[in-house]
Amino acid sequence: MTATDIKQPDLPAPPIKHSPAMEVVAALGRSGSFITGLVIVVFWVLCALFGEYFTPHDPLADDIINALMPPSADNWFGTDQLGRDVFSRVIVGSRDILTVAPLATLLATIAGTTLGLFTGYFRGLVDDVISRILEAFMAIPVVIVALLAIVALGTSKTTVIIVIGLSFAPIIARTVRSAVLSERELDYVAAAQLRRESALHTMFVEILPNVIPPILVETTVRLGYAIFAVATLSFMGFGIQPPSPDWGLSISSNYGMIGGGFWWTVLFDAFAIASLVIGVNLVADGVQGALND
Amino acid sequence: MGARAILSFLLKRIALSIVTLFLLSIMVFLGGQVLPGNVGRAILGPLADQRAVDALNHSLGLDRPLLVQYWDWISHFVQGDMGTSYIFRAPVAPFVIDALGNSMKLALVAFIMVVPLGILGGIIAALNVNRPIDRIISLGGLSATVLPEFVTGIIFILLFGVWLNWLPIAAVWPPGSGVFTQIYYLILPALPLFLVLFGYIARMARSGMIEALDADYTRTAVLKGLPWHTVIWRHVLRNALLPTITVIATQTGYLIGGLVVVETLFRYQGIGSLIFTAARGKDFPVLEAGILTIGIIYAVATLIADLLYSVLNPRIRLGTDQ
Repeated sequence: MTATDIKQPDLPAPPIKHSPAMEVVAALGRSGSFITGLVIVVFWVLCALFGEYFTPHDPLADDIINALMPPSADNWFGTDQLGRDVFSRVIVGSRDILTVAPLATLLATIAGTTLGLFTGYFRGLVDDVISRILEAFMAIPVVIVALLAIVALGTSKTTVIIVIGLSFAPIIARTVRSAVLSERELDYVAAAQLRRESALHTMFVEILPNVIPPILVETTVRLGYAIFAVATLSFMGFGIQPPSPDWGLSISSNYGMIGGGFWWTVLFDAFAIASLVIGVNLVADGVQGALND
Repeated sequence: MGARAILSFLLKRIALSIVTLFLLSIMVFLGGQVLPGNVGRAILGPLADQRAVDALNHSLGLDRPLLVQYWDWISHFVQGDMGTSYIFRAPVAPFVIDALGNSMKLALVAFIMVVPLGILGGIIAALNVNRPIDRIISLGGLSATVLPEFVTGIIFILLFGVWLNWLPIAAVWPPGSGVFTQIYYLILPALPLFLVLFGYIARMARSGMIEALDADYTRTAVLKGLPWHTVIWRHVLRNALLPTITVIATQTGYLIGGLVVVETLFRYQGIGSLIFTAARGKDFPVLEAGILTIGIIYAVATLIADLLYSVLNPRIRLGTDQ
């Protein structure tokens, strides 16, 4: 911020703010939804990192004789169709989705920001062509784009990351583009152009720091959708693969017996996904509120 | 003046949809026929004889230049010939049409449930801004919107299907069932879709309503001495519903995404489960036809949304003239 302030001395002085970053942090601290969301997300991140040291049973160990046992003192959440301890599986079940979804979001942010900077900065033909292609991409639901690509390429964690990352990139590109469109009319961009700085330098060094807030908001919102998409793909058998204790995958392999009343094999996993998705969305909500004030 | 503006807007908008669909068809073609590499090998497996693979590729027409293949595929598609399923060895079109009909039934049940309730929820929230009832509707709607359909679906199945035993857990009704029996079987699958859509529709109705309540014409109507319900009914509601209509039309796309999951979960024979089954079996002609059909429906729905919005909103209608 300070660097660009120096480069535009002819602008009227902006309203005095004491370290904008600190103000945002303070606003986040006051946001109830941000704190609640953060607590939920941090809980699941800790489970993903250290959960294996605390699980009462081995989450991957079969015990066919004790299959489909209802919740008890020994198996708090009961056992699944292979006799595995559901409680232990739910605790470590966040591991894969908390790797795949954030990486996909990171890829989407990098690709989307780059596309948005180019289309917003150059406008004209580049913008028209790329925007039409992105629009076509957005014309079908992400889950279906991902399905087509994953079937064509064969499923693996890397494929899921790339496919979801690239499907989300157009949405981030659209946000960045509209931010860049208004930013490029400002004097500091004209000044950079007069100094004959390269287009790349102007885009990534001059404009990018000023469009970080909308990118940050879009990224946290996208993370929620990435978790949604990865869980859904795993449920359909095109995401995370067995024997991972992933929640979506566990529901997928156990819901066939739901009519038999084995509710514990799916309900806890369902609540786990729900809590993580809501947690991330509360964080996104808090970030949005703090940056828009 | 107005009519010409609308016509030119209409033509521009339709041209844009066609460009989008053209690009989509290229992507679907690339996804279905280029990315998988050797389709013959994929169908016959790694142990099959190379001559058998070549023969299959030849009989499927996959050894021709890409441009020829694309033209052959798309020109037949627009004439209603969607190719032949690799798995069923039968024309794809009847499968897609049957499945589409089933999906429309499900979507219709979901829409009939969600549109009035979503609008009502938004109106109640807007008339009670920042009171507890508004918080409950807004926060509840938002949370429901972000949850994956299979998660809410599982919870609904357990609640209404297994524990309370009110509704059947699979959307497979006895052959020859009447309309009401079919609706009865479709209520449970429609609930997860209801949750996703409710949040969006209620939010749009709420913000449209708040904006309309705040507008000068509402002030004028109140100051004129009109009774409160006349103000709401004739002035506020009409303006508040405008953005809501657009949202309902654009949500069709999300609805279809949700159908893939919901139909799989409830074993319902719709376009979503058709795509899912085709994806599982690498039946690319069915997969391509299903996805392109969805793209067309989505393009038409957004087109209608834009047109409705421009016809209903005089500001946009005049805006295109300049």
